[in-house]
Amino acid sequence: MDFRLNEEQQMLQDTVARLVRGEYSFEKRLEYSESELGFSEDFWKQLGELGLTAVPFPEELGGFGGSGVEVQSVMTELGRGLCIEPYLQSVVLGGGLIAQAGNDQHKEQWLGGIASGETRAAVGLQEPQSFYDLNDVETRAEKSGDNYVLNGRKAVVIGGHCADVLVVSARTSGDSRDADGISLFLVPADAEGLERRTYPTIDGAKGCDLFLNNVTVGADALLGEEGQGAGVIEYQAGRAIAALCGEAVGVMEVACDLTLEYLKQRKQFGVPIGRFQVLQHRMVDMMSELEQARSMAILAASVADEPQSDERRRILAAAKNVIGRSGQFISEQGIQSHGGIGMTWEYNFAHYAKRLIMINHQLGDDDFHLERYATLLQAS
Amino acid sequence: MNMNYTAEELAFRDEVRAFLDEKLPADIAAKVKGFRRLSKEDHQRWQKILSEQGWYATHWPEQYGGVKWTPVQKHIWDEESCRYGVPRSIPFGVNMVAPVIIKFGTEEQKQTYLPRILSGEDWWCQGYSEPGAGSDLASLKTRAVRDGDHYIVNGQKTWTTLGQHANMIFCLVRTNTEVKAQEGISFLLIDMNTPGITVRPIITLDGEHEVNEVFFEDVKVPVENLVGEEDKGWTYAKFLLTYERTGLAGIGLSKAALQHLKELASRRLKNGKPLIEDTAFSQRIAQVEIDLMAAAISNLRIIASVEGGGVPGAESSMLKVRGTEIRQSINDLARRAIGPYAIPFVEEELDLDYDGDYLSDENAAPLAAQYFNNRKLSIFGGSNEIQKNIVSKMILGL
Ligand SMILES: Cc1cc2nc3c(=O)[nH]c(=O)nc-3n(C[C@H](O)[C@H](O)[C@H](O)COP(=O)(O)OP(=O)(O)OC[C@H]3O[C@@H](n4cnc5c(N)ncnc54)[C@H](O)[C@@H]3O)c2cc1C
Ligand SMILES: Cc1cc2nc3c(=O)[nH]c(=O)nc-3n(C[C@H](O)[C@H](O)[C@H](O)COP(=O)(O)OP(=O)(O)OC[C@H]3O[C@@H](n4cnc5c(N)ncnc54)[C@H](O)[C@@H]3O)c2cc1C
Repeated sequence: MDFRLNEEQQMLQDTVARLVRGEYSFEKRLEYSESELGFSEDFWKQLGELGLTAVPFPEELGGFGGSGVEVQSVMTELGRGLCIEPYLQSVVLGGGLIAQAGNDQHKEQWLGGIASGETRAAVGLQEPQSFYDLNDVETRAEKSGDNYVLNGRKAVVIGGHCADVLVVSARTSGDSRDADGISLFLVPADAEGLERRTYPTIDGAKGCDLFLNNVTVGADALLGEEGQGAGVIEYQAGRAIAALCGEAVGVMEVACDLTLEYLKQRKQFGVPIGRFQVLQHRMVDMMSELEQARSMAILAASVADEPQSDERRRILAAAKNVIGRSGQFISEQGIQSHGGIGMTWEYNFAHYAKRLIMINHQLGDDDFHLERYATLLQAS
Repeated sequence: MNMNYTAEELAFRDEVRAFLDEKLPADIAAKVKGFRRLSKEDHQRWQKILSEQGWYATHWPEQYGGVKWTPVQKHIWDEESCRYGVPRSIPFGVNMVAPVIIKFGTEEQKQTYLPRILSGEDWWCQGYSEPGAGSDLASLKTRAVRDGDHYIVNGQKTWTTLGQHANMIFCLVRTNTEVKAQEGISFLLIDMNTPGITVRPIITLDGEHEVNEVFFEDVKVPVENLVGEEDKGWTYAKFLLTYERTGLAGIGLSKAALQHLKELASRRLKNGKPLIEDTAFSQRIAQVEIDLMAAAISNLRIIASVEGGGVPGAESSMLKVRGTEIRQSINDLARRAIGPYAIPFVEEELDLDYDGDYLSDENAAPLAAQYFNNRKLSIFGGSNEIQKNIVSKMILGL
């Protein structure tokens, strides 16, 4: 058994690390975050030029043929830099949905651009009432001649404000929350009747809610089989969870490093505060949370691209549950260990702390995945 | 044992309710209940109403314009005002510097400052912490050197809450470097408009401007602004901290936040049903409500003992720790209750005047920010670690 990355994987991770170190100082990140686009166009281009946006795609589509492990290596480094580019949304989720469910024409039309970074995708899978259940879909797609007419609202579409194409779920049959009857559609960003409400996110990125008012798309916009989208969504959300675990580990590593450094450097009562046992033990607890998260991230990556099974489902739910809890622990205890300084905008730690909490709000929090795991446990 | 209010106490509660029904401005209450930003003007408007009623200064003797409430009456006021959405009074003047002036100040200081606190003319802030002196407050370095009938003050204070609104600051300064740290500290009242003072904002992680750095460069402070004796400031500071700690448990605030959480969870959906009907989530709410119930009784036990002439000791430090943890858990649940909508930060919805569509719930916008902001509860006023140190050293003899 060997848990280390192989040489190629290590090279990949080092490439991302170098790029992030060069381009993503804390100050620059704040600038990117406050810009109109909400991230760095230039950094995004470089991700493309270095082939990093192509990592998960098959070689015949200009990709690198990478698995969950490679994607996770990229995400970990993006996490360490607290990068706000929509890699997860465009490459992992958008690209993943098209690669899995799309026909040759879809792949040809979109995947080359997504893999090179020239095209950006985003996904609208959640709705205002759905909480974290991706089968809770009320947006409707009605057949009208050769077309589909979409009506409804998609919630918290990170990166949706600047995407060229949106992959959205809509119901072609069935009742809200039925797994059957969910279909996936490719909606171009400039489609008539598509409105956005754009906002910053509390962790420094940008997103939007999508309002679909009689958005008419051709039959060729249907991604995969009509009514059979739920399985595809579940599978791709699983890949995204593994990727997000990678990011979370990167964020936690830096959060722990910063806290440890601070405990050694900050003096009160004439000694470094790291001399106080309560802080020592807390630091040990933070590190052991990080280890738990790292282990589950590795496990999640190992099943990310395996065929769907209850085992895969369980592992991914477990992984997301663990990183949600570890992330919150490290975020809260890290702030506490810093004292007032841990709460300031000007110090990078606070931004890591915020990202960790928000990762828990993406693709289901620890409560949601605990329940999911418990349900799967009963089924097995 | 009798855990009920007396007839007089019940009558007092009715009086409080009648007053709040009549006088509390609806817009201010709505802001408080919806966790919106309060402006300086909001605070001042409400303070004026309270002062007119004679209910602003509840810690002061009557001769200075205070009102003589029993601890139970104060508790009733606290409970009712949290329930109604009364703004928390900014404590630095009325609850912090005033008791020190009353106990240790000169007659002239009392005549000068107390009426101005009552009228709202002065807005005070607290200049204790420094970059190098947080938990170890006694190591503070801001220097005050006597020069004729002035002190010349040089140094820096930090984390000064709402210092941007203040015209007065009470400071701990070092007047003697020859003696033990605690023995060379003095308590000075400083006009923020004195030349040489610069206030710079510190933005917190939720994007708010609530705290500041205050710099002093050759600031001339008249000697009559010294409270009590030179080098005895530490005694006064500690006296003040006991005032600061009572009330930091925030039981009333937790009750209000819990009510808000339950209403929120009744509106948000999960599986097509109100979130509050979800077994796991309702149990989480139940758990924190149970903890709060216990803490509320602990709070009453402390109040009853103070009413009987006792001095709050270890119990109030323990309750501060518990109380802040409870409030933080309620904030955690409120953030969880809005699911994916915790992620957007729709700042314009923080204004009560906002008349556009709300992105999700009308009260969703402040929730994640508030969760982050309230991480401060376990840090300021003596961090929870420091509270536990106090209990274990001073009380348990460890
Ligand atoms: C079931 C059992 C089997 C055992 N088997 C063996 C065996 O096979 N061989 C053998 O040699 N020993 C054995 N031990 C002994 C065991 O190693 C000791 O119990 C252990 O080292 C703790 O010592 P103590 O019981 O004297 O407690 P103490 O050392 O007195 O500790 C009491 C408490 O103080 C805490 N404490 C002590 N020092 C510190 C510190 N510096 N900082 C923070 N907290 C501290 C401890 O964590 C503990 O909570 C066994 C003990 C048990 C209970
Ligand atoms: C939002 C906010 C508002 C504030 N408002 C004011 C204000 O208006 N006026 C004012 O004067 N101050 C104010 N403060 C300052 C506050 O009182 C300090 O932040 C607090 O005393 C902690 O100091 P510190 O931040 O320097 O942390 P540090 O003292 O550096 O502590 C860092 C960590 O070490 C721990 N620690 C320190 N010493 C020990 C020990 N002996 N044993 C165990 N653990 C220890 C702490 O608990 C903490 O976890 C405010 C702070 C905040 C965050």
